Amino acid sequence: MRGADVLRYSVHALKGYPVRSVLMLVAMAIGVAAVVLLTALGEGARRYVTGQFASLGSHLLVILPGRSETTGGHPPILGETPRDLTLDDAFALLRSMHIRRVAPVVLGSAPASWRRREREASVIGSTADFQRIRYLKLAQGHFLPEIDPRKAAAVCVLGATVRAELFGPEAALGQWVRLGDRRFRVIGVLAPQGVSIGLDLDEVVIVPVASAQALFDSPSLFRILAEARSREDLSGAVAASREIIRDRHEGEEDVTVITQDAVIGTLDRIFRALTLTVAGIAGVSLVVAGILIMNVMLVAISESREEIGLLKALGAASGKIQLLFLAEAGLLSLTGALLGAGLGLIGVWIGRQLYPALPLAPPAWAMAGALAVGVGAGILFGVLPARRAARLDPIQALSGR
Amino acid sequence: MIRLQAIERRFAVGDEAVYALNGVSLNVEKGEYLSIMGPSGSGKSTLLHIIGLLDRPTAGQYWLAGKDVTGLADEERAQIRREKIGFVFQLFHLVPRLTAAGNVELPLTLAGLPREEREERVREILAAYGLSARARHVPSQLSGGERQRVAIARATVTRPEILLADEPTGNLDRGSGREVTGIDRVFGHP
Repeated sequence: MRGADVLRYSVHALKGYPVRSVLMLVAMAIGVAAVVLLTALGEGARRYVTGQFASLGSHLLVILPGRSETTGGHPPILGETPRDLTLDDAFALLRSMHIRRVAPVVLGSAPASWRRREREASVIGSTADFQRIRYLKLAQGHFLPEIDPRKAAAVCVLGATVRAELFGPEAALGQWVRLGDRRFRVIGVLAPQGVSIGLDLDEVVIVPVASAQALFDSPSLFRILAEARSREDLSGAVAASREIIRDRHEGEEDVTVITQDAVIGTLDRIFRALTLTVAGIAGVSLVVAGILIMNVMLVAISESREEIGLLKALGAASGKIQLLFLAEAGLLSLTGALLGAGLGLIGVWIGRQLYPALPLAPPAWAMAGALAVGVGAGILFGVLPARRAARLDPIQALSGR
Repeated sequence: MIRLQAIERRFAVGDEAVYALNGVSLNVEKGEYLSIMGPSGSGKSTLLHIIGLLDRPTAGQYWLAGKDVTGLADEERAQIRREKIGFVFQLFHLVPRLTAAGNVELPLTLAGLPREEREERVREILAAYGLSARARHVPSQLSGGERQRVAIARATVTRPEILLADEPTGNLDRGSGREVTGIDRVFGHP
């Protein structure tokens, strides 16, 4: 029996029992479509999140006070209280030729009010470079002025939501708002930015760093943002930051330097693991589909005992009978898997139309893996029924026993 | 051509041994026509199954075309069935989802013949049995006699050296039995 004839015979056998064949196709298709859709979601989330971070600039450094120990072990017995980061620390970083600009950041919360309206707002104290480092866009006015960072100018830039809630339809520019016990003149309003690294920039009020220090009565910085001159300068900038701060902190390395790349890398790994996990969960449905194929084929074999007996009587060797049934299982699972991949891709396309912001896309490995596992499971679970068919005694099979 | 010596076929029924065949010896030469008659349960079908290499004797020896085939492996027995033996079963055993042509083509497909040659031979033999008009019909659309002729066409399409027919008219009513022309044609007997 030739290969093409084996295929033709199997296709004919499958067409002979349409309900049974369609059921098996649907089971396999659902399994593969589930893998494609779920991994597309996971991959979409990964791309979305890493994209958000990458949009902040890929050569950003964040310097945090305190050393985060990643090497394990016990904390020191004599507590090493990290020194606070100061404005001088921040501007000392500019001594490195790898660093183009820095923005010290003070963060706090204060009631913001205008006339009778009041709300709690996050207050960021920084410098003019904060806008450049964080790629902030303005809707109105201008950002913090280029002034001596030690000078507490009474000006502020409002986030879009804060502006809307305090001023409503009225013009905000030029008005004086109260933050805590101080008054600031509105010189700019941010365009809506959305959430970025856990901070909703629409909900903030940005003031000069010295003003924020005075407002919160603290000279220490929440963190320092620094921008390396280029991607290639990034590692030099990290080393330089550590060195400069260590020199300033009496030889103690008590800061943590995080690069954008490291954050993106970590998130990337987390989301990849997440995608793998959902792929694994969806993969179970492929195995279930394989088991269904096995069950239905076992039923099919008991229903077509006479035909199997006839084929044997006509001289089909056991190996050929086995091949015929394996070909049936393989054809079913391959067709089902391709159908499922198609359905999954249609689902992904619909998802993209509904949520254009989420870059849904099934990873290539998931597509290939789902197809391979689906077809593999179908054939693997087809082996038992096929062997059973091949072992049938022709006389008993012909007599329907 | 066919030589059986002291063939025995024993079945175990519970603890008891039941003999379907006991010490059957027989010689059939090429071109010979042999009819085996006996009451129901006398072992006719069992004998045919052993001759057709569908069953194995529990004792005795079987030579086919001068070759001892008693202890052959399953695969070799399948090959001999494919190449040398044609079967007409009492119940015909046509595949219900295949057309008359498809049923007749089956042994040629199993033998691995190219498609054109298969179709040619199927056309010829269906014409010879007066079934050309029925080629595209499935068994359920055929009369009893037509089904039998399809079964005979299937058994002879490979031009086997041995044709075994197990009560080929046993499943037909009287009218269909008279309609049968296939068996007459193959064996030259009414």
